[in-house]
Amino acid sequence: MAEQTAAAVAGRGNPRNRELWLLVVAVLIVAAGLANVDLTVSGAVSAISIRISITIAAAALAAHVAVRLRAANADPLLLPLAVLLTGIGTTVIHRLDLADELRAVSRGEPVPTAKAGAQATWFVVGAAAMALTIIAVRDHRRIQRYPWTLTLLGLVLVLAPLVPGLGRTIRGATLWVSIAGLSFQPAEVAKVVLTIGFASYLSRHGRALGALRARVLGIPFPRPRDLGPLLTVWALSLSVLILQRDLGTSLLFFGVFVVLLYIATEQRSWPLIGLLLFSAGATVAWSMFAHVQVRVALWLDPFTGDGTSQVALGLYGLANGGLFGAGLGGGYPQLVPFAESDFIFASLGEELGLVGCIAVLLVYAVLVSRGLKVANTVRDRFGLLLAAGIATVIALQTFVVLGGVTRLIPLTGLTTPFLSSGGSSLVANFIMVGLLIRMSHAARTPAAATGSVAYADIAAPRHDTGQPTQIIELPTAEPRR
Amino acid sequence: MNKQIGRIAVSFIVMLVALAVNLSFIQVVGADSIDNRAGNRRNLLREYSRERGAILVAGSPIASSIATNDTLTHLRAYVDGPAYAPVTGFYSFLYGATGIERAENPVLSGSADTLVIDRLQQLFAGRKPRGGAVALTLSPHAQQAAWKALRGRTGAVVAIEPSTGRLLAVVSSPSFDPNTLSSHDAIGIKKAYADYLADPEQPMLNRALARTYPPGSTFKLVTAAAALATGKFTADTVIPGPKTYRLPLTTKDLNNWSKSACGPGGKVTLARALAVSCNTAFAWLGNEVGADALQAQARAFGFDFAAKVPMTAAISRFPGDPDEPQTALSAIGQFDVRATALQMAQVGAGIANGGVVMAPHLVQEVLGPDLSVLTRAKPRALSTAMTAANARTLLEMMEGVVARGTGGNARISGVRVAGKTGTAQTQPGTPPHAWFVGIAPVENPQVAVAVVIENGGGSAEVSGNRLAAPVAQAVMKAVLAKK
Repeated sequence: MAEQTAAAVAGRGNPRNRELWLLVVAVLIVAAGLANVDLTVSGAVSAISIRISITIAAAALAAHVAVRLRAANADPLLLPLAVLLTGIGTTVIHRLDLADELRAVSRGEPVPTAKAGAQATWFVVGAAAMALTIIAVRDHRRIQRYPWTLTLLGLVLVLAPLVPGLGRTIRGATLWVSIAGLSFQPAEVAKVVLTIGFASYLSRHGRALGALRARVLGIPFPRPRDLGPLLTVWALSLSVLILQRDLGTSLLFFGVFVVLLYIATEQRSWPLIGLLLFSAGATVAWSMFAHVQVRVALWLDPFTGDGTSQVALGLYGLANGGLFGAGLGGGYPQLVPFAESDFIFASLGEELGLVGCIAVLLVYAVLVSRGLKVANTVRDRFGLLLAAGIATVIALQTFVVLGGVTRLIPLTGLTTPFLSSGGSSLVANFIMVGLLIRMSHAARTPAAATGSVAYADIAAPRHDTGQPTQIIELPTAEPRR
Repeated sequence: MNKQIGRIAVSFIVMLVALAVNLSFIQVVGADSIDNRAGNRRNLLREYSRERGAILVAGSPIASSIATNDTLTHLRAYVDGPAYAPVTGFYSFLYGATGIERAENPVLSGSADTLVIDRLQQLFAGRKPRGGAVALTLSPHAQQAAWKALRGRTGAVVAIEPSTGRLLAVVSSPSFDPNTLSSHDAIGIKKAYADYLADPEQPMLNRALARTYPPGSTFKLVTAAAALATGKFTADTVIPGPKTYRLPLTTKDLNNWSKSACGPGGKVTLARALAVSCNTAFAWLGNEVGADALQAQARAFGFDFAAKVPMTAAISRFPGDPDEPQTALSAIGQFDVRATALQMAQVGAGIANGGVVMAPHLVQEVLGPDLSVLTRAKPRALSTAMTAANARTLLEMMEGVVARGTGGNARISGVRVAGKTGTAQTQPGTPPHAWFVGIAPVENPQVAVAVVIENGGGSAEVSGNRLAAPVAQAVMKAVLAKK
């Protein structure tokens, strides 16, 4: 019976072929969406839509070839899900381009630069970055060697916008760096680098931090000196918040570190401590900063005043969408500020309705679950932490942004992963997908077939607590699912 | 499975469910209450996105929606905009709507209860919702004739079909072009609106329905009706019509326009007094019948009452509780008597319709988006102002005005035309307003028309005849030619 099932699973063929079919489906959905926008708004499919569809198809195909050549056993869902989300985002951005164009024409103003074409180009860059990641990182375990370097690099990146002459403040948050006319958000790159750094550090020292010696109110607590790393990250997150006024990024970094700490130490007290520290930090931030107080006040009552706060405008859009949405091209998403970036989910919800919102949420959920599956099946500790970290970054970031837009939590400025207009975020997210694909390939490749020695956990080095080096996950007869 | 990863996954699922449940509340459960909030511009845009129903005159649209490519998706366009503007009003996303556009907005925008079946059909057929159309009572011939005749002058024309109360012409001059206010060019709209407001000619003032004037000698029709109603006077009753009339309790004398007596020996018949517009005779008559009777008669014709056509017209006034000299002046349409062009047309229509004043109205039919008739206006009597016999008498007296009196310029060859001129003094130094109320044909009245021309110039009674009567004649001709 088990053998039959195994045969049946194996009989489903090469995962790369499945990936290719899923990519075809994803690209077709996006092309249909773009055509739908054009037909509703202007009655004819535009050249730009055709160009975007072809660009996305070509870049996706190239990325697929890279995966086929260098990570043939990887999970076939990861790339198509990322491409689908990016394509949906580009479709919404294109729809907003058309609205902006109509408005400009009707007012006799110059037509603003279309953003959808640029987003498609950024997808090409993202796909290339993903392919390069897969090609350059032949074994993901190699990148765990530099925990301090990477963490430091991450911090430099996060704080880079504060350097005079380099940083640019947009909408009250100092998040951008401008070099030679090109501006990007280093925090997006930092989130990749820091996740690798956190995973590297915790795969080495996690178990030591997990040694619980103290007891507070009967709950086992870490030794005070083990609190050091968490307090350090907490302090850094707070300084990001204070110096850059960026609530979202600081929350994201801290959250990822706490989750990884919990997984690495297997101690439930860490999330508890993390929550306490977060509450303390949030309270301090609220009492100190007017802009945080404004955010909280608008969260509690978004319809205050004339009812045109950002949150309220987003909610009007979502409410107009209803169950099935106004249809692509049928709503008024351009009435929402930052409709193509921070509030892209409100634009999507207006035209695709609750059904479309839930569908996109489920795409995120499947992507995150596949990330956690990589964490669960990869044979080394660093891989486990890195995959879980990447899944957590995507999940937390999505939750914080969408929760803010839908008034579940106060609004913070973060991009919606894969959907939002903007290159830095897209490229960073595709590098993370590349890392997941790399680790997924390792996890799904029988150990013997890799030609390397048994998967000794090289993340248990000399500094460790004296536990024996583990031999984990010897190849078994059972095929992986 | 790694236990910690399992727990993390569970917490992610909790986050997912929280987002989904919250979204359900926003998008489905509480969507309507969010949707209807004041800050939501979508409500306005949605009204624009619907194809707004047309306003029809004699089957062809004078206002209709044209699909556009901008965010408002439909542009309101008007044919002969200035000629019809006092009726259609405008429909502007900056300044709201006026006129029929406002009064019939539920029908035109498609939200009226009468259109509920259409909305359901549109929903199931998957068609874009459309508004219903409104067919007006206006006669394009009468409207155009009045507009042309008024061109270059400041004034108004209102024509009524006496037997039904249908408004055949409602014109105000100078006028504005509603197209300039209904465009989607915000800057252009603001400029046009500001220009219209700054214009000393007040082109956006609806002189036909919304402005009251002293009616002058045309009010003698009301005084004559009140006199006939007493039973003590007939057309042939001889009344005093001296050169001057000493206003009771004062030392002031009221003159006739002719500066002479109205008849040999200062005596004149009631019919002749009307025909020559004898001020002294009617001033005397006013005090003879009394202020209360004058007021009752005025009210029976529609004074002191806000007519809805469906736009609410300005209220025409007969002063309350005037003393004797004031009554004498009121009887000749001076002092504080004020009337709209609509009101004076209504007086004519009441006389023409055997004394029964029909409710004036502009909307003939409400049509569904497929132009099927949903409701049709039923003529409704507003009041009985005169007995049929007295109305007949007064109508024939009015025929004398045109045939043998001050209103010769209203004559139409081969048609028996009745009428009354008026020249209303305003402030000293300002030329009087010229009035004419006309009815045709006498044997079977098809139209009652009132014309007022502001500060028409000239100081004699003849200005009503010189300026206003030809306009009334043109409108009556247009109505009769169509029949």
